[in-house]
Amino acid sequence: MRRLLLMVPVLFGVTVIVFLVISLIPGDPAKAILGTFATPENIARVNHDLGLDRALPIQYFIWLGNLLHGDFGRSYILHRPVLDEVLDRLFPTLLLAGAALVLSSAVGLSLGIIAAIRQNGWQDKLITVAVLVGISTPSFWLGILLIFWFGVRLSILPVGGMEEMFGGGGALDIARHLVLPAVALAAVAGAVLVRLTRGSMLEVMRQDYIRTARAKGLSESSVIFKHAFRNALVNVIPIIGLEAGFVLGGAVYIETVFQWPGIGRMLVNAISTRDILLVQGGVLIVAGAYVVINLLTDIAQSVLDPRISRA
Amino acid sequence: MTLTSPKIDAKAASPMAAASAAAVVKSGRPSAWRRLTSNSVASFGLALLAIIVLVALCAPILPLADPNITDVAHRLAPPFGAGHLLGTDQVGRDILSRLIWGTRVSLAVGVAAAFMAALIGSAIGLFAAFYGKLADMLLMRGIDMLMAFPYLLLALAIVAALGPGLLNAMVAIIIVNIPFFARAVRGATLAVVRADFMAAARLSGLSDLKIVGSELFPNVLPTIVITLSTTIGWMILETAGLSFLGLGAQPPQADLGGMLGDGRNLIQVAPHVATIPGIVILLLAIGINLVGDGLRDVLDPKLKSGGLARALAKTDAASAEERKRKLAPQAQPSAVQAPLALRSLETHFLVGEEVYRAVGGVDLEVKPGEAVGLVGESGSGKTVTALSILGLVATPPGRIVGGVIAHHGEDLVGAPLARLQAIRGNRIAYVFQDPLTTLNPLIPIGEQIAEGIRRHQGLSRAEAMRRAVALLEAVRIPDAARRAGAYPHELSGGQRQRVGIAMALANDPEIIVADEPTTALDVTTQAQILRLLNELRRERGAALVFISHDVGVIAELCDTVNVMYGGRIVESGPVDVVLGAPRHPYTQRLLACVPELGRAERRIDPIPGLPPPTNALPPGCAFAPRCRLADARCTLGEIELEPVGENHMVRCAHVELTAA
Repeated sequence: MRRLLLMVPVLFGVTVIVFLVISLIPGDPAKAILGTFATPENIARVNHDLGLDRALPIQYFIWLGNLLHGDFGRSYILHRPVLDEVLDRLFPTLLLAGAALVLSSAVGLSLGIIAAIRQNGWQDKLITVAVLVGISTPSFWLGILLIFWFGVRLSILPVGGMEEMFGGGGALDIARHLVLPAVALAAVAGAVLVRLTRGSMLEVMRQDYIRTARAKGLSESSVIFKHAFRNALVNVIPIIGLEAGFVLGGAVYIETVFQWPGIGRMLVNAISTRDILLVQGGVLIVAGAYVVINLLTDIAQSVLDPRISRA
Repeated sequence: MTLTSPKIDAKAASPMAAASAAAVVKSGRPSAWRRLTSNSVASFGLALLAIIVLVALCAPILPLADPNITDVAHRLAPPFGAGHLLGTDQVGRDILSRLIWGTRVSLAVGVAAAFMAALIGSAIGLFAAFYGKLADMLLMRGIDMLMAFPYLLLALAIVAALGPGLLNAMVAIIIVNIPFFARAVRGATLAVVRADFMAAARLSGLSDLKIVGSELFPNVLPTIVITLSTTIGWMILETAGLSFLGLGAQPPQADLGGMLGDGRNLIQVAPHVATIPGIVILLLAIGINLVGDGLRDVLDPKLKSGGLARALAKTDAASAEERKRKLAPQAQPSAVQAPLALRSLETHFLVGEEVYRAVGGVDLEVKPGEAVGLVGESGSGKTVTALSILGLVATPPGRIVGGVIAHHGEDLVGAPLARLQAIRGNRIAYVFQDPLTTLNPLIPIGEQIAEGIRRHQGLSRAEAMRRAVALLEAVRIPDAARRAGAYPHELSGGQRQRVGIAMALANDPEIIVADEPTTALDVTTQAQILRLLNELRRERGAALVFISHDVGVIAELCDTVNVMYGGRIVESGPVDVVLGAPRHPYTQRLLACVPELGRAERRIDPIPGLPPPTNALPPGCAFAPRCRLADARCTLGEIELEPVGENHMVRCAHVELTAA
């Protein structure tokens, strides 16, 4: 409950920053928001709706009040309320980011453990090189390469065309479309996680309680998984929360490369059409999702670590 | 707990690491560059970066085609063709030329963004930490808010507001990277601000600006460099990413990301257009990451290779032939029937080129039910001796290079891991020094006792837990059944050590090795814990190897005592004999240091000097440099442990002078 309450100031901060960023718009914001629809009547209406004719702090509270009523404004380009559009596209983005996060965590944690327990062995060296390439690869380029090899050369997986999530293809069709983008998105996050898991495992393996576990005569697998990995995970879980942010942001590239119908691609389109309110809505919703994900990782950490009070 | 997470490279951001990094730079600035270039991986990265930067810088003087001249007739020419080494793009522009000019743009934007973010972020961090209180609170809450956003999304929002363009993309990248610097630098600054020399600087009346410039900044610089090395790669990647999305560099100007974006839709007909710029970004990022890793190794000693080595499951040991070379036939393990006997045990630590002779030939014998004391200053090798018994000395750097450890005639040093595991915690059990760090913080204490019981006795979970609760009762933990579910941090220090004793007793071992079990405890609980340990081990007929620097405790608990100095036993025998009439000058001085209750006027007589480091032991007697009796004979060579009375052995060239 205390954690839920702590979310309030963070969400409040998020709205303040989005508001400040949008007020960076040079010139007349109403004109910028309306773009080619900027007739005098429309400008007057937007100015009134958004309270743009008032002082900045008052504008903020009018805007915030609207948000709290679920009014994120209208997209003048798509002719529909921003919130409807964003919510339509939220699921595909969460699906893609979630798949990438699960994939990168699974691969990152297991490779990190292998590298740590085989420190300086060939497995460790191989993984270290792979990690270096992984963190240095631009994900959008990796996406293009995956399209080229798996879609064009081998033609075994679809490379895009996921226009409608529920276009009748069923779960299997969604999964087939999901493979390549999820892999491209997971690569960098996974590589970062391998590094941190390895470092955390090595750190933990030197602790006194590992020696105690060995002094009890426990098997190495029990020492590594029951005693070391759990302690390493306490350090790694906040990083997984952070990776959620990287994955949600990186989804912008991957959705663009793979034509995935999510919020990321919507944002890029909205920026090029100067659909400011749509950008604002999309950023707010994804940032809100990220705050919730961080709350979940906080809870996961406190479940794992009894030293953190479970308030 | 805040909802936002720390920076992804948590190590680089930790104030501890930063503080130690600061210390290194202060002491060794000239060698930092040499250390970096002596790291082969980092030099490779440095070379890679140097080549890319050099080619990019030389773009105007290289014989390159104009990057913006279109030639539609020769569009999408493949690489390695005539005239265009890397082919042409969709409007016939030379890719090699565009690549080099694009690299220039990407590098310039990335580096400029990195330095701006470093400058602004570090200023915020310094200011917040230096002035503290309200400024700190406000600034860091603001930074937290920025970090509540997924990294790239905030950049997108900023670009959306400012409009697409390379400069705006750069501003966006700067803003989203400021928090990393602010947090890291604030942490490092706080560590310095709290240090003593800062208080001295303030007291001496220096102005704030002077303090920041002369004291603070040099100390947080390594943190800034480390953060720079981790973020500059991302900044180049993210700038390329924004250009790739069409939000950064605008045509006809192209950076690497923009070129990749152009090639994206041509992947089926002309894959080289997108592939080539991607390779350059990859190489650039690899170079930066390698140099960054190298820098962190140099600036942060905690991460230095070897510093983070894990310990193997069992201490590394020389082959049996090698270890037994110096052994007399009667010292061969098969000839020893005692529950435990150490013969000429030598355990070394190999750190770089240095060899630390932590244990330099120790003989020890433990008879059934006997309490054997091991006493000496810290660094005398008593703990390493104890840990060697079951192969628990960390490898690297530890290695048993000589001698045997015989357990009923079986050599434990050469035993396979599975055999050792069957003995560990079962026949021979340990009680460690600091119960706070030696208990696993995430596992309830009952389970930590029960898992050892299950392992060796094959009992069911429920049965093992019943035994664990019974043990907790035996060590007098009140309300044992309920406390079995408690975590170590919920217990007091004394209770934690009771748990440690319960763990050691779990499988009714033949021998308990207790390594300073009460040193970390309150004086008032020490006596209780010692009494408990002794009572329980007598009840169960277990022998005890008791390690302590406290002669008084040894006198109370032990039957025999072994005095260690410089990795060797210098005197051994029955407790009353050795402590009543010591014959080695070191033992004599050691006893003179012990304050006696009720005799306030007696002067406590510390031993002058320090024990020798075990990587530079003098020949002969290690105590000679501090000994009042020392002469040339003491440093000539090996001095044997010679009998001076019944079971009383002394390693001294001058025993005839030491009798009381």
